Amino acid sequence: MHDVNWVALVIFVLLFAFITWLGFAAARWRKGDLDLLHEWGLAGRRFGTVVTWFLVGGDLYTAYTFIAVPALAFGAGAVAFFAVPYTIVVYPLLFLAFPRLWQVCHKHGYITTGDFVRGRFGNRWLALAITVTGIVATMPYIALQLVGIQVVLGGLGLSGTGWAADLPLIIAFLILAAFTYSSGLRAPASIAIVKDILIYITAFVAVIVIPIELGGFGKIFAAVPPAKLLLAPPGPNTTGSYGAYATLALGSAFALLLYPHSMTAILSANSGRAVRRNAALLPGYSFMLGLLALVGFFAIAAGVKGLPEFAAGFKQFGNNYAVPALFLHSFPSWFVGLAFAAIAIGALVPAAIMSIAAANLYTRNIHREFINRNPTDKQEAQMAKWVSLIVKLGALIFILFIPTQYAIYLQLLGGIWIIQTLPSVMIGAYTRWFNDWALLVGWAVGTFAGTWMAIAADLKPTYPVHIGGFTFPGYTALYTVILNVVVAMVLTVVFKALGAQRPAADETAAADYIVA
Amino acid sequence: MNSEQGQKDGWSWWYLLFLVQFVAVLWPPFYNQVEPTWIGMPFFYWYQLLWVLIAAAITAGIYLATRK
Repeated sequence: MHDVNWVALVIFVLLFAFITWLGFAAARWRKGDLDLLHEWGLAGRRFGTVVTWFLVGGDLYTAYTFIAVPALAFGAGAVAFFAVPYTIVVYPLLFLAFPRLWQVCHKHGYITTGDFVRGRFGNRWLALAITVTGIVATMPYIALQLVGIQVVLGGLGLSGTGWAADLPLIIAFLILAAFTYSSGLRAPASIAIVKDILIYITAFVAVIVIPIELGGFGKIFAAVPPAKLLLAPPGPNTTGSYGAYATLALGSAFALLLYPHSMTAILSANSGRAVRRNAALLPGYSFMLGLLALVGFFAIAAGVKGLPEFAAGFKQFGNNYAVPALFLHSFPSWFVGLAFAAIAIGALVPAAIMSIAAANLYTRNIHREFINRNPTDKQEAQMAKWVSLIVKLGALIFILFIPTQYAIYLQLLGGIWIIQTLPSVMIGAYTRWFNDWALLVGWAVGTFAGTWMAIAADLKPTYPVHIGGFTFPGYTALYTVILNVVVAMVLTVVFKALGAQRPAADETAAADYIVA
Repeated sequence: MNSEQGQKDGWSWWYLLFLVQFVAVLWPPFYNQVEPTWIGMPFFYWYQLLWVLIAAAITAGIYLATRK
């Protein structure tokens, strides 16, 4: 503990104490009966455009993103910038499909995608597949948020051995678990406002102050090895890095909004119009993320990897230590404390929403559907509160006892799995044409093919598809969801030809989807 | 042109404008180059950052155009 940065630590702890108080106080914000699941788990669907902006922004642009995207730029260069086209193409999807989902969920009291699919297609097994996919894909994502906290705690000098080393992370986790249990979605929503202001301050100071210290963008980019500065132009008979870049951006955009925590934040808005307005306003975060990706290049130019004081951090956290090291190198201690608090608090917001989303899914679509069909409102809300604790405990145990790399692999697989819910959820928002069993088979084929391809590609996100003499390296999730849709379409036609049509199952009507 | 139909099924022809941003940022040959640089930043980077702003403006325009 001899290297502790005390000034930074004090600022960090003060900010953390403030958001802890805020998280508990949030229970009384836009007061509702927290013994009802839609009050605890969706904050009563009462958030207007501005709070939704903070909540969805704080939810989708996670602390891990702010660590990992610059780390990828630092290590691999230009390819990390795929985060920018990714967060550009995601907003048309948010604008088009999700206000429709908001409307139908509001009308029928749906809290999860599982609820929606159950109502739309009347098939509990399809709803179960959607639910389990959501929970399984979310778990490693929560674990990665804790990695974000670990990295900045390491940056503060809070290292040690054995239990002492993990104690700060455990304390942060207990705080998170307690205020999520007591305040539900109101806690991350209120904290998101503080967190986002801190993150914006950090990002803009970083992209103005550090380039001045380093002598301007020209010098920074001159320090980046030429091979990392641009995408490698594809060779003959392949789409090469271009195909990988574009499919990663497009596939990630499709996957992102299907995650349960995206849905939870979107459904807590007070209207479909508030969701639409946010499709135009949320790119503010994309712009900041793009600037933060450049921070990875600043770290190259500052040469932090070669500095002896950061050797231990890079050894422990790899390139994820690039941003903390650069901040320690470039900023006065008090600002380091603020920046690190921004990242750590930035991990708590999505972690809280993810655990709430997973808890809503379990409670509504597993417990209520298969175990206790007629819970009281209070039992249902209480069950969700307990499950949110269990989910977070699982993530904590994962991070403490299993190598971080496994969480990263599982999160990669999670993206491939969650995108397989696209035909039922996103296309389902437009049409009931698909046969429900055909959707289930499509989901299974996509999930198994995606998992197999990812393993065959040594757990890299892209898989080289060979057709004729051509090679198309692309994001496995995008390839397999196309396979999923094709299988579901073919089987729907086959089942309809065999007369298996059951038109009465849909409990929603076309008018339920129209954005008022 | 489409107001009556738009209210019935939620579709508007304005939505086709979204395709512009898909094409602009998902085709790397458009922007995978260093020149022209801007304040020392290669084209690859400032082009994509600029499109964040253009795409937001397009989305806002579509929102306003399709508001009742």
